[in-house]
Amino acid sequence: MLTINGKQFNSRLLLGTGKYPNFDVQKQAVEVSESEILTFTVRRMNIYEPSQPNFLEKIELEKVSLLPNTAGAKTADEAVRHAKLAQASGLCDMIKVEVIGCDKTLLPDPVETLKATEELLKEGFTVLPYTSDDVVLARKLEELGAHAIMPGASPIGSGQGIINSLNLSFIIEQTKVPVIVDAGIGSPADAALAMELGADAVLLNTAVSAADKPVKMAKAMKLAIEAGRLGYEAGRIPKKRTATSSSPMEGLSVG
Amino acid sequence: MKGGEFVKLKINGELITVPTTINTIMEIIEHFKISNPIVIVEHNDTILEKDAHAVTKVADGDKIELVQFVGGG
Repeated sequence: MLTINGKQFNSRLLLGTGKYPNFDVQKQAVEVSESEILTFTVRRMNIYEPSQPNFLEKIELEKVSLLPNTAGAKTADEAVRHAKLAQASGLCDMIKVEVIGCDKTLLPDPVETLKATEELLKEGFTVLPYTSDDVVLARKLEELGAHAIMPGASPIGSGQGIINSLNLSFIIEQTKVPVIVDAGIGSPADAALAMELGADAVLLNTAVSAADKPVKMAKAMKLAIEAGRLGYEAGRIPKKRTATSSSPMEGLSVG
Repeated sequence: MKGGEFVKLKINGELITVPTTINTIMEIIEHFKISNPIVIVEHNDTILEKDAHAVTKVADGDKIELVQFVGGG
């Protein structure tokens, strides 16, 4: 069970809702993933095309929790505004703080992320900050009272996988609230590794939405995350430099 | 609402004129035939609860942001 601020979830896969080929594929991908937390973002409506279909109409809102993000914000103030807009929908109390500090890498601004987290916690939100794999920043966010820490595996949408598993494992070891590896996951192996390192969950979007077959990839990610978690709980063997026979040497009938 | 047959509003950053018969945020939403049930409104930099849409008056020169949830990661 994944528990975020007292709320329990069976699935350890959080799924983004951006950039799918179409709503039908997206709906199937969401169903197959069995994800119970879906991310969204807030944007201006096109008032000249008010009847444009919206993915929220396609999903059963009683089955999933919405996790709006503050993507697009470059300052803490902008992030707080996005969060309050999302909250005014009356559909959610969780917020993914995402304050980008670099247009090239889309890495988060640590100072503004910290400020936004502090402000939104004061306002009573359930706050899940997206952060880099900075161990000290992760600790400071937790000390503020963040309800989960969401370190990136690698830059958003890059599909590079986990580029600093050591830092991630330090964050996982020190953090008492859930650690959700967010951004940069490319393949099921990446997701499984995150879970084997001890992450509580994985948030991904592009790895599924931009896959050749998003529905199949959604299933693969679900299975990888379950397998990685089981592997973590089972406890892997230490790596050794030399071989150890799996078969007994006693009772050989020849030689 | 005062000021002739039309009033000027700044909606989503654009200057837009609407008939003076439109008095509330709810009427703005209806005027633009917005069918999405999840429309979030910011009126003169104040974010409105949904219950406030029907009772919040609009006036010439008001700034209104109409936002929605879209796909994102």
